[in-house]
Amino acid sequence: MDINDLRSIVTVAGLLCFLAIVAWAYGRGSQKGFEEAANLPFSGDDDQDAASHTSHPR
Amino acid sequence: MSGTQTTYNDKVVRQFAVMTVIWGIVGMLVGVIIAAQLVWPELNIGPWLHFGRLRPLHTNAVIFAFGGCALFATSYWIVQRTCHTRLWGGPLIPFTFWGWQLVIVLAAITLPLGITSGKEYAELEWPIDILITLVWVSYAVVFIGTMAVRKVSHIYVANWFFAAFILAVALLHLGNSAALPVSLTKSYSAYAGVQDAMIQWWYGHNAVGFFLTAGFLGMMYYFVPKQAGRPVYSYRLSVVHFWALIFTYMWAGPHHLHYTALPDWTQSVGMVFSLILLAPSWGGMINGIMTLSGAWNKLRDDPILKFLITSLSFYGMSTFEGPMMSIKTVNALSHYTDWTVGHVHSGALGWVAMVSIGSIYYLLPRLFGKSEMYSTKLVTTHFWIATIGTVLYIASMWIAGVMQGLMWRAVNADGTLAYSFVEAVKGSYPFWAIRVLGGVLFLTGMLIMAYNMFKTMAGGKTQDAPVIAPVAHHA
Repeated sequence: MDINDLRSIVTVAGLLCFLAIVAWAYGRGSQKGFEEAANLPFSGDDDQDAASHTSHPR
Repeated sequence: MSGTQTTYNDKVVRQFAVMTVIWGIVGMLVGVIIAAQLVWPELNIGPWLHFGRLRPLHTNAVIFAFGGCALFATSYWIVQRTCHTRLWGGPLIPFTFWGWQLVIVLAAITLPLGITSGKEYAELEWPIDILITLVWVSYAVVFIGTMAVRKVSHIYVANWFFAAFILAVALLHLGNSAALPVSLTKSYSAYAGVQDAMIQWWYGHNAVGFFLTAGFLGMMYYFVPKQAGRPVYSYRLSVVHFWALIFTYMWAGPHHLHYTALPDWTQSVGMVFSLILLAPSWGGMINGIMTLSGAWNKLRDDPILKFLITSLSFYGMSTFEGPMMSIKTVNALSHYTDWTVGHVHSGALGWVAMVSIGSIYYLLPRLFGKSEMYSTKLVTTHFWIATIGTVLYIASMWIAGVMQGLMWRAVNADGTLAYSFVEAVKGSYPFWAIRVLGGVLFLTGMLIMAYNMFKTMAGGKTQDAPVIAPVAHHA
């Protein structure tokens, strides 16, 4: 196995890793966490604009 | 770790926010001067104020002084608010401010003197490079340290973008600035030949990708939702946007070296990855703009939102133009012409400057204990002047650039060149004058901003805001 095989493997592994991230991001399991995270700019705020908590993440 | 402190560190944000406006004026003024030098060559006075000396001063001032201060200010504000904790890092925090200002002052002294390593966007000589490294490592420690002591479980997506920007810039700076010093003011690159060129544009393009894109996307992901009063359109898309940028940006650098001594396959890899970059870039743009969906009316009378949404439009436009220009056949026409200069400014004025200006307008009243800017009307005026200035700048450069490209490649039937170089210069002349006008308009906008800022600061309270405990979310 020469260095170029390793390079090919890293490239393919990078692609698979990215696809896994996409699958995770659009999977059911991550929705609740994302909803909490998306509202972080409005959590305990200096302004009174925290009216948007009900909005549903896509 | 200062668990007893109960206020945010807004002092450093205040310092960086004010200096953003000041350095913006300085950097853009130098830009106007060098644009005028191309129209009136008599303005090239002596060696110190010559175009060749002032041009790197302009790029360094607008990217690292204006853009850099904006990034420090907004990242320090955002990481504290979204992590619900005071900035961590003690004396390292003021060091990042004063150290960065010293870097800028040293750049302003050395570049006109002709002390340069000659690498585009990395001209500063090795002693300054070492200072940059110290400041940047401190920045990384402060930012990541603050994320580490956060009081909430999630790391908001804006902080992901800022952290990636800080780490990538550290890597790029250390990689590209490796050099052998021969005296205090002179060094030679550690690389030679085409490797040196490739390292330089690996740095150069990723400076665009991480300094001028990832960092400012961090701003976008906080201030657009804040100003629109609603969470980002799709948090899932923001996650995919982040990782897609991280996975692809590093490979796009070779498109700066089409048709050079760089191996052909490397050029093609650079081109393909540049084309792929269109997808995450537009994903991010759509995510930002759609955050406003259902609240478009807010755009009508909120000039800060106008700045932010217009910046996203320019981001979308220049990230479409960029991949197109990376196609080798298009590049054969566009490279070395003013089209490139137009493309850069569509990103720099339209995207980077506009999103920074919008964000700083958001911060200024909050930093000085006011409910809004001294004059919202002047913010609106600034917006329109800046937009018209940007459009004049990029449209004139498009025309000049395409014309130059066509004239340079035109040949007669016998194979000789149809035009001498000076004929293309003559043809470009009126468009260079329009560019000066565009630049003057953009600079005027910054002067209006400075007036508005000092009026807002006058009599303002500069107390640090208390750290607010996170509100529990029950989904």
